[in-house]
Amino acid sequence: MADTLLDIRNLTIEATTYPPGEAPQDITIVNGVSLTLERGKVLGLIGESGAGKSTIGLSPAGYGRGGIRLSGEVWVNGRDILQGSPKELRQLRGKAVCYVAQSAAAAFNPAQTLMEQVIETTLLHGLATRKAAEARAVELFKQLGLPDPEHFGSRYPHQVSGGQLQRAMTAMALCPEPDLIIFDEPTTALDVTTQIDVLAAIKHAIKTTGVGALYITHDLAVVAQVADDILVLRHGEKVEMGSAAQIIESPQQPYTQALVSVRSIEHAPKPPTGNPLLTVDNVSAAYSNSKGNVLEGISMSLCAGQTLAIVGESGSGKSTLARAITGLLPPNQGQFLFDGQPLPKTLGARNKDTLRELQMIYQMADVAMNPRHTVETIIGRPLTFYFGLKGKARRKRVIELLEEIELGEGFIDRYPAELSGGQKQRVCIARALAAKPKLIICDEVTSALDPLVADGILKLLLRLQAKENVAYLFITHDLATVKAIADSIAVMYKGEVVRYGSRETVLSPPFDDYTQQLLASVPQMKLGWLEEALETRAN
Amino acid sequence: MNTFVLKLIAQRIALGLLLLLAVSVLIFVGTQLLPGDVAQSILGQSATPEAVANLRRELGLDQPAWLRYFDWLGGILQGDLGTALSNRQDIGSSLWGRVGNTLFLAFWTAIVAVPLAILLGLVAVRYQNRWPDRAISGTTLTAISLPEFFIGYLLIYLFAVKFNWFPSVSTVHSGMSLGERLHAIALPAATLTLVILAHMLRMTRAAILNVMQSPYIETAELKGLGTFRIIARHAFPNAIAPVVNVVMLNLAFLIVGVVVVEVIFVYPGMGQYLIDHVSKRDVPVVQAVGLIFAAVYIGLNMLADIIAIVTNPRLRHPK
Repeated sequence: MADTLLDIRNLTIEATTYPPGEAPQDITIVNGVSLTLERGKVLGLIGESGAGKSTIGLSPAGYGRGGIRLSGEVWVNGRDILQGSPKELRQLRGKAVCYVAQSAAAAFNPAQTLMEQVIETTLLHGLATRKAAEARAVELFKQLGLPDPEHFGSRYPHQVSGGQLQRAMTAMALCPEPDLIIFDEPTTALDVTTQIDVLAAIKHAIKTTGVGALYITHDLAVVAQVADDILVLRHGEKVEMGSAAQIIESPQQPYTQALVSVRSIEHAPKPPTGNPLLTVDNVSAAYSNSKGNVLEGISMSLCAGQTLAIVGESGSGKSTLARAITGLLPPNQGQFLFDGQPLPKTLGARNKDTLRELQMIYQMADVAMNPRHTVETIIGRPLTFYFGLKGKARRKRVIELLEEIELGEGFIDRYPAELSGGQKQRVCIARALAAKPKLIICDEVTSALDPLVADGILKLLLRLQAKENVAYLFITHDLATVKAIADSIAVMYKGEVVRYGSRETVLSPPFDDYTQQLLASVPQMKLGWLEEALETRAN
Repeated sequence: MNTFVLKLIAQRIALGLLLLLAVSVLIFVGTQLLPGDVAQSILGQSATPEAVANLRRELGLDQPAWLRYFDWLGGILQGDLGTALSNRQDIGSSLWGRVGNTLFLAFWTAIVAVPLAILLGLVAVRYQNRWPDRAISGTTLTAISLPEFFIGYLLIYLFAVKFNWFPSVSTVHSGMSLGERLHAIALPAATLTLVILAHMLRMTRAAILNVMQSPYIETAELKGLGTFRIIARHAFPNAIAPVVNVVMLNLAFLIVGVVVVEVIFVYPGMGQYLIDHVSKRDVPVVQAVGLIFAAVYIGLNMLADIIAIVTNPRLRHPK
């Protein structure tokens, strides 16, 4: 075929790991994957973490992270680049193949202006004069909808927002007019309302420039909006490949079917009953170094054994509210009532029982655990601290808790490094549960997890709630999660509650503008959603 | 440059001056605490009490300490460092020439050592864990491990005695041309370079390697840039702050820590002068030299802070 841009044949990728105290092991990250991409088309690579999608995605640039070994054939523009010398690879990178990273904020050099970085490869490969390259960059800034395109390039990375940086990185990739762009989760780190704009800008840029693209993501709904074809990967192997329509509408493999139908949780919301367990009464709070309040007059309440979801984008103040409730950030106005009693504002003023009744689970399970403690120590700490359990009694209780979280006794002597992401989060849940709390604050507990794993965690949380009658204050930016588990919902925006009520009321029209926009921005698992959403928003 | 950065810099300078004032108090109090009486030590054990009392009055030692401190400080602010006790000479007139000599040696050593250290650091990163890196690290580590008097004598043996290229005694005087002076200080400058090179080089290497882990370095690699361009253009600008700090500490060492080298090469610098007067218990000289050393340390570290502020894009270009 004359118009084949990328042809990967039987690609196998291996790495050597060095587990502590053991002999080095060879592991296979990608096992015999083949794919082809025609010029000007977009192929979506989808899979969970560890599926090898980024590793495959970077292979057309001849690049492997951390000393991995590539074998097989990777043909770009009719040449097998795995046979190329380092010099030939450098000629390829930044000229024929460009890359857009997940976190543009980290992928830009903080010490150079955006323009300098956007046109760097164009100048380096001698593709245009500085003046022509700058003109093209401004043109691209305009095309990608960046504000003030004439002067955008003179700014430094820290001076623009995350969504703008992601678009600037797309401009950087497009600037040398490459044949292929690798998009590595370009919208994953963004808020949904920002994601939709960036997604539209990327799609528009791909269509107008006719560049071919590999689009790597774990979010099937997102990739369905931009890709012509989709390749589903799992454990480094191909599961299924087909057109976007075929994968979304009639997936053949059970794994793909599970991905498409994820969020199968059914949870009937309960109406508020009895006295509220936690009442937030007109609370305002500020950080010492910021001007003005981060939280402004927040009021809400939560009943025992129920779930209150707090939804909002980054900067909305939802995590700050959690810090205020836990006593880490004393509010400057208002108060919290817990079980009818006012909560002391500062952590130091609270007694042991109050501390015990209010536990927390974090987004990053792996940094919330001491890497040098075993699971027994991690879960056992609150047992000793609150209940004075020691030795055999403590170990017995830890095993009970491990069974509660569906892991079992076999995990008791493991270290956090020997657990998967989902298992780590389960251990954190067990640690919170060990204190026998009345309320657990869950701060984005499923955000760092793959969809299927996150689903398992949510199901576990619901089961534990039914059994232990524990209440959850569930902080998240993910509306799908909210729909799955909440009894009542508070939508936060810029430090204020814009909408609050039972799940039914909050998610039913008429909507306020912000909630409307938020709901409309959540990607849906159907083709053409992006266009529909943009059209609705324009009206 | 914006007002925020200017304010930060002004704060640093004000802090530096305040610190210097505090150090001047410390130096003065410290020398007061030394046992023994200056008048007594000048006149010797056999002096009569009347003679000692007379001399004390003459030297102003009968005044209260705080008054003498302000006298001393006021004099220094007007450029008067006081009078040496041992030879009754004005300290300023004999010291400034020596300070000039020390600065001359430090300046030319720095001109060679700093760029060399940074360049070798960049090369060590470029060939990380390969033979150029190991050779550079090995050599400089050896140099820093040897005492400076040993290196000094080794260089004298090789280049002065064996090959007779440079003089073993680094005498400089006002009648010499720049070329003659440079020739005279070649060996002490080389000794000092070997002493300070490793520290700066290893810090440069470590700071850049730290930055090399950043995602934007991967971006640069995927742009098809060559390794040296990545290091020089993308890594080094982000590693300036830690490197500058170490460079400044070493520059300070060149001025306050050269005593041994000055003695070996009989170089008429400040260190030699200090040693001579410490042995004579000449308190005003010790105070004056101590204050100059403190000023150098504080000044250079202040400069490092200011460079770190000015090279930080987040401070230079706020949102």
